[in-house]
Amino acid sequence: MEGLLPKIVFIYLAVVLVVTSLLVVTNRNAVHAVLWMLVMFLHQAVLFITLDAEFLAAVQIIVYAGAVLVLFLFVVYMINLRTELKIHNFTVFWPAALFVSVALVILAAQALKDFRAPQPVGDMTPEAIARVGHAKLLGKALFTEHILSFETVGVLLLVAVLGAVVLTRRIRMIRGEGL
Amino acid sequence: MIDFLRLYDTANHFLLKYLGLSVFKSLVLVGITLLHVAYTTYAERKIIGHMQQRLGPNRVGPRGLLQPIADVLKLITKEDIIPSCVDSPVVFKLAPFISLVAGATSLAVIPIWEHFVVTNVNMALLVVLAMSSLSSFGVILAGWASNSRYSFLGGLRASAQVISYEIAMALALVGVMMLAGSMNLIEIVKAQIESPFKIYAIPQIIGFFVFMVAAIAETNRTPFDLPEAESELVAGYFVEYSGIRFALFYLAEYFGMIVMCMLAVVCFLGGWYGPFEIPGVPMFWFLLKLYFLIFFYIWVRATLPRYRYDQLMGLGWKVLIPLALLNIVITGLIKVLA
Repeated sequence: MEGLLPKIVFIYLAVVLVVTSLLVVTNRNAVHAVLWMLVMFLHQAVLFITLDAEFLAAVQIIVYAGAVLVLFLFVVYMINLRTELKIHNFTVFWPAALFVSVALVILAAQALKDFRAPQPVGDMTPEAIARVGHAKLLGKALFTEHILSFETVGVLLLVAVLGAVVLTRRIRMIRGEGL
Repeated sequence: MIDFLRLYDTANHFLLKYLGLSVFKSLVLVGITLLHVAYTTYAERKIIGHMQQRLGPNRVGPRGLLQPIADVLKLITKEDIIPSCVDSPVVFKLAPFISLVAGATSLAVIPIWEHFVVTNVNMALLVVLAMSSLSSFGVILAGWASNSRYSFLGGLRASAQVISYEIAMALALVGVMMLAGSMNLIEIVKAQIESPFKIYAIPQIIGFFVFMVAAIAETNRTPFDLPEAESELVAGYFVEYSGIRFALFYLAEYFGMIVMCMLAVVCFLGGWYGPFEIPGVPMFWFLLKLYFLIFFYIWVRATLPRYRYDQLMGLGWKVLIPLALLNIVITGLIKVLA
């Protein structure tokens, strides 16, 4: 019983993750698709918890479910995708697409056949994580070992934000001149 | 035949092992909080009544004390109407539950007392933040599913408002995390008592201010109640709701308010510790601080007029977030120098 429960939970999570991911991409209603994605993200967070990655689970919910999905909903509302369009765009290619997908699955299965989980490298052993805590360990690694990539990502995001501001500003100025 | 007792034991054991949850404690906590919610509505009506030179509810029971119970009975027995033009009945029915569940889940990680917390997790602060960000989904989806312009506008406003103020709130809490060196709420309370000022509200005064303002906005209360502004949007996102589903939204709002107050007590006001110990009632000081903060919420509601929408966004992005960032820098400097 003891060893069975985690397995049942894992199987449940795996099935729900796959099914909801499919629902996200096949759903014609954009808002429903976002909702299925929310269900998917929540299950993903639970999967992280069963793997003892609490921090990742919390961040998953705060960033993805809490912020990114709300922005998705905002955009969906703004562009008003209420009508469910049915355009048969890619129907001609589906046999070829199916063939490629099946080939890819076979290839991936072959590649993953001999997969073995590697031993943890460095001082990030499960014991150390349990003792020090995820957040502290992650923070230390981010701000010492990976400081350059961390700062680069920060600057990149800042550039993106500035770009968005500049773009919207220009449009407003042109409109102002037109009036 | 299935052995139900054993199944329950296994489930309980599983929950304890993976989430550290105890079913009994959760039931006690939810029951007590529901009572608090009911009487917060009473207190709110009574206090605002007196502040506006009225009496407030005084018909049901002595001094109107049974008013919340009468309200609950009325809302439960009312017809549950689902408008025929609803965009998606499932989402319409689900939305109030999302709000309520997200609001109530945070209770599980907040320590009322050193030995009374449903589940003591290391990421407690992050869990509360995660749940408060999820609770906006209920509002947004209710606004969309109702298929009414007022609701929709309310939902849109809620999504923008919650995203903006969540950032300020999380940043305000970063100062607390830095001082305490932990995200475990029990550790934060203990670290506060060991610090020179005993409570973080003094060294983190900027953080405390930002947190309180952001918390009011996060729970959609006056003066930031734009998602449900009565005078422009009728009632905003829950215009189309009635009966028990309306009550669930109401409940979610008060749950959110109580959770935010609890978080403020734990993170800034020293949790269950007080100037002297009250024998037999270990959570006395916690409750006292909690009631004061709830009173503060009500006081603010009775005092301040509603913000305009652009003012709200301006306040969030141009004042609160820079203030919270400044607070982080100052806290970092104190940490380095001290």
